[in-house]
Amino acid sequence: MTVEVDARGFGCPQPILKTKEALEKAGDEDIKVLVDNSTARNNVKRFAESQGCQVFVEEIDEEFHVMIKK
Amino acid sequence: MIKKDSLPIVVTGIVLGVFGALLVKFGNPPNMGVCVACFLRDVAGALGLHHVEKLSYFRPEILGFTLGAFLIALITGDFKPSGGSSPILRFVTSAFVMIGALVFLGCPVRMVLRLAAGDPTAIVGFVGLIAGVLVGAILLKQGFSFGRTRKLSKWNGYVYPILTMGMLALVIIKPDFVHMTTKGHAPLWISLAVGLAVGALAQRSRFCMVGGFRNYTLVRDTYLLQGFFAFLISAFIINLFIGNFSWGAHPIAHTNILWNFMGMALVGIGSVMVGGCPLRQLILTSEGNTDSGMSVLGMIVGAGLAHNYLLAATPKGPHFNGEIATIAGIVLLLIIGTTNREI
Repeated sequence: MTVEVDARGFGCPQPILKTKEALEKAGDEDIKVLVDNSTARNNVKRFAESQGCQVFVEEIDEEFHVMIKK
Repeated sequence: MIKKDSLPIVVTGIVLGVFGALLVKFGNPPNMGVCVACFLRDVAGALGLHHVEKLSYFRPEILGFTLGAFLIALITGDFKPSGGSSPILRFVTSAFVMIGALVFLGCPVRMVLRLAAGDPTAIVGFVGLIAGVLVGAILLKQGFSFGRTRKLSKWNGYVYPILTMGMLALVIIKPDFVHMTTKGHAPLWISLAVGLAVGALAQRSRFCMVGGFRNYTLVRDTYLLQGFFAFLISAFIINLFIGNFSWGAHPIAHTNILWNFMGMALVGIGSVMVGGCPLRQLILTSEGNTDSGMSVLGMIVGAGLAHNYLLAATPKGPHFNGEIATIAGIVLLLIIGTTNREI
């Protein structure tokens, strides 16, 4: 199962806050964060990595899918 | 040891610190190398929104920030016009950010330049800024949001850079109908070059003077803080070298502890609410973010009001009108901050 977090349309810092909340709620599930700007992509990636997660980013149609594996 | 990922933000801080301090040597006002609030106030004067002629000039640093960030964003694909996230509330919030900055006499950039020159009143401002950022972070944790933005056509993003090119043409041609000071500024091409370099670097690194404290408070992220301290340390070192460091009273600053604190607290709350400091708002605008564009326009109008209605402080101290406006601003931002949620 993957939990999806839609943070499109937000700059800093809402995407990080939404990711943090999802990480705290999720059990073993992976998280997919959708963002639409590179600042949010970098911030979410850096935050998830600082929490010891593995992070992969895909760019699809000018949006970024940040895949986070605990 | 600086990590590879941190290099852009540290380099941005160092360039801003070195040239921010050096521009004073080239003729900019004391400790005002690249103060974004002061220089937007000067832009407001050149546009005729206030009539203090010595504070009227299309500052090439500001124009350079915009054009440098715009060009690099076009090249890298970060130019993505967007908008629609409570534009008029951002305008009002940012007008009060400007009023707070002019009660303190500087935005966070000048606060650091004053700190780096040994001005103890800037420490009070710094404490005020941190207090404001903490209040802003609490509002965010409780769910404050101006809402989502959406994609817009390219032309929405071109408007502000084109306006900036127009202002650049005016400062080069200097037509009679534009009232600008002939004193208190570095040579145009030096100012413009520094602005372009800092604008491009700040776009790449996402440099922000309040974001570091906000992100550290929220999630212990230190990325942006490294830029803040690189800026402070490099400006301090340059000030030592050029003989601009002295502990004690500094020009274009007042010593009123309460209103140095309150002015910067207002800047801190408002900057967190709109998603970044005045410099960051300029850079985001240049990337096509029209919500930040509303912030920049709000700051320019706020600066005009600040001088027309005696809200701005002077080196003698704050004006009563400015004290009232600062309190009103803090109350208003708290109301906006506690009543706006993601829809």
